[in-house]
Amino acid sequence: MTDLTSLTLAEARDALKAKKISALELTDAHLNAMEKAKALNAYVLDTPKHARAMAKASDTKLQKGEAGLLEGIPLGIKDLYATKGVRTTACSKILLNFVPEYESTVTSKLWRDGAVMLGKLNNDEFAMGSSNESSAFGPSVSPILPPNVSAAQAKAKLGNCNKGLLVPGGSSGGSAAAIAARLCLGATATDTGGSIRQPAAFTGTVGMKPTYGRCSRWGIVAFASSLDQDGPIAKTVRDTAIMLRSMAGHDPKDTTSVDRAVPDYEAAIGKSIKGMKIGIPKEYRVDGMSQEIDALWSKGAEWLKQAGAEIVEISLPHTHYALPAYYIVAPAEASSNLARYDGVRYGVRVPGKDIIDLYEKTRANGFGVEVRRRIMIGTYVLSAGYYDAYYVRAQKIRTLIKQDFEKAYDSGVDAVLTPATPSPAFGIGEKSGADPVEMYLNDIFTVTVNMAGLPGLAVPAGVSKEGLPLGLQLIGRPFDEEILFSLGEVIEQAAGRTKLPDAWWA
Amino acid sequence: MSVDQATVQRIARLARIAVTDEEVPHLQGELNAMLSFVEQLNSVNVEGVEPMTSVTPMAMKKRVDEVTDGNIAEIVTGNAPQTEDHYFLVPKVIE
Repeated sequence: MTDLTSLTLAEARDALKAKKISALELTDAHLNAMEKAKALNAYVLDTPKHARAMAKASDTKLQKGEAGLLEGIPLGIKDLYATKGVRTTACSKILLNFVPEYESTVTSKLWRDGAVMLGKLNNDEFAMGSSNESSAFGPSVSPILPPNVSAAQAKAKLGNCNKGLLVPGGSSGGSAAAIAARLCLGATATDTGGSIRQPAAFTGTVGMKPTYGRCSRWGIVAFASSLDQDGPIAKTVRDTAIMLRSMAGHDPKDTTSVDRAVPDYEAAIGKSIKGMKIGIPKEYRVDGMSQEIDALWSKGAEWLKQAGAEIVEISLPHTHYALPAYYIVAPAEASSNLARYDGVRYGVRVPGKDIIDLYEKTRANGFGVEVRRRIMIGTYVLSAGYYDAYYVRAQKIRTLIKQDFEKAYDSGVDAVLTPATPSPAFGIGEKSGADPVEMYLNDIFTVTVNMAGLPGLAVPAGVSKEGLPLGLQLIGRPFDEEILFSLGEVIEQAAGRTKLPDAWWA
Repeated sequence: MSVDQATVQRIARLARIAVTDEEVPHLQGELNAMLSFVEQLNSVNVEGVEPMTSVTPMAMKKRVDEVTDGNIAEIVTGNAPQTEDHYFLVPKVIE
C-alpha cells in the first residue's frame, strides 16, 4: 500500500472492510503526517494517545465484523466542538483552560459509528472570521502554494511570520487545511455565514453546510444560534455525504434540531440529474467579479447541462442586502451568546476590585479584537432605541431573502448554482487593514444561505489563472441535501478532482 | 447613523468589556465603518413584512417538565476559576 493519507475516506473505509489495511496503520500514518505538518498550525491539539486507543478498538470491531459506518476512519475535530476530557477552546484566550465534562452530540455520533479522533482543529476565534487569522493560536496556513513561490521558498516562510503564504479561509480554516494537507480523512466544521464553504473553496476541498436543524448544535460553542449549522469538510463529495449521514439526526437536547429520518446520502452519489432545473441567479453577478470566476460559473452550468439538467436564469432580488443584514443579526446574537463568558463559571478569569470590574477585565483580556468588535456592534444594535431600526429591520429583510428562494423553488427550480467566493485565497496579513468590511465581503455568496437556513455545498471546480483553487456553490431546498450531492458529484467528475498539494511543509 | 466617543464607552460598559481611552478612537472608526455598511438596509421597503423568528418553521418539541439529572455539582463547578463547597466564588457584590 502506498501513502495511506492520500486515500479518500470512502477508499479507506473499503480497504478497512476488506482488511487490506488496519485502523491502527491508517491512524499512525495520519499522526506521522501531523507531526511533520506542525508548522501549518492546522491542529491546535493533537490527541495521539486517544487516537491510537480508538483505532485499536476499531480493529477489534472490524475483526469481529461489527464495524460501524465510519469504523477506523481518522477525523479532525474543529475546536468549537466540545470533546469530553479533551481541551476545547473555540480558539479563544478566554477558554484556553476549558476541558468539557461532556461530549457534543455530533462528535458522540461520530464515535458511535467508529470514527477515530486525531485532534482538535484551528479556527477563527469563536468562528468569527474568514481567514483563520483571528485564532488565539495564530493563523493556520494553507497547504496550497502561493503563485510564483517555490516549495523551498514557502518552507522558509513557514513559521517565519508566514508572510507571503496563503490563508486557508475561515472560520473552519484548520479543517480545510488539514483535509488539503492530508492530515485527516474527514473534518468537522461549522458554518454561520460561509465558514464551511469558503475555506473549502480556498483549499480545493469539499464543504457541506446542511439545512438549519439537520445536525444538532448541542455541545458546539455558539456564535449566532439562528445561523450556526455544523457539517463536514472532506476530499470528495462522496466523503462529505458519508460523514453527514453520521452527523445528522434529531437530538432532544437541541430544540431546533429536526426530527426527520436521515437518508443514506451516499446513495445520491451518481444518481442521474436529468431533467433537474438549475437556477442561475443574476444578482450574483456582482460588480468587480473577476472574469475567471464568471467563466468558471458558466462552465459549471455547462457541465450540469451536459448531464441533462436544464439551466434557467432566476432572480433573487434581495441578495445585495444579505451581507449587511447578516452583520446586524450575527453580532446581535453573538453579543447575547457570549455574555456567558464572565470569568465566574468557567474559562479564564482576571481578578477585579468588584464583580463588574472582574467581568470587564476578564472579557477585555479574554476576547480578541474581532470578537470584541462584534460583541460591541451587537450590543449597540440591541440597545434601547436602536432595536427596531437595526435588529427588527434586519430580521424583516431576512424574511424577504428567504421568500426570494421560496419563489424560485416554487417555480420548479431544484437547486441554485453560484460561485462559492468572489476571489481565490488571499495572503496572510493581506486583509487585516482598518476596514473590517473588506474581510466580510468574502462571504457575499455564502451568507444568503445561512440567512434562509438552506443547505449549501461548495465543490472545487477549477483553478485561477495563477493556479489557485476555485469553488462553485450549490444551494438546495430545505432538507434536500441529496440533490446537492448528486449535482456536486457531476461537477466533481467533470472538473476532475483537484490534485492536493505535495507536502512542501514536511 | 454614527457613534461618538461617549457612545463607544457606553456600549463597552453595556457589553462589560473594559476599554481604555486610547482604544476609543480606533473602535469608533471600526464601529462607524460597520454602521455605514449596514446603512444601505434603509433603502429596502419592509412595510408589511414579518420579521423572521424561526428560519425552519416547526413546532417545538416539548418534554415532560421533570428533573432529568442532578447531583453533579462537582461536574458543574469543575471548570470554575474559583469555587468553595460547590459554590462559585466572586468578589463581594453587596456591601
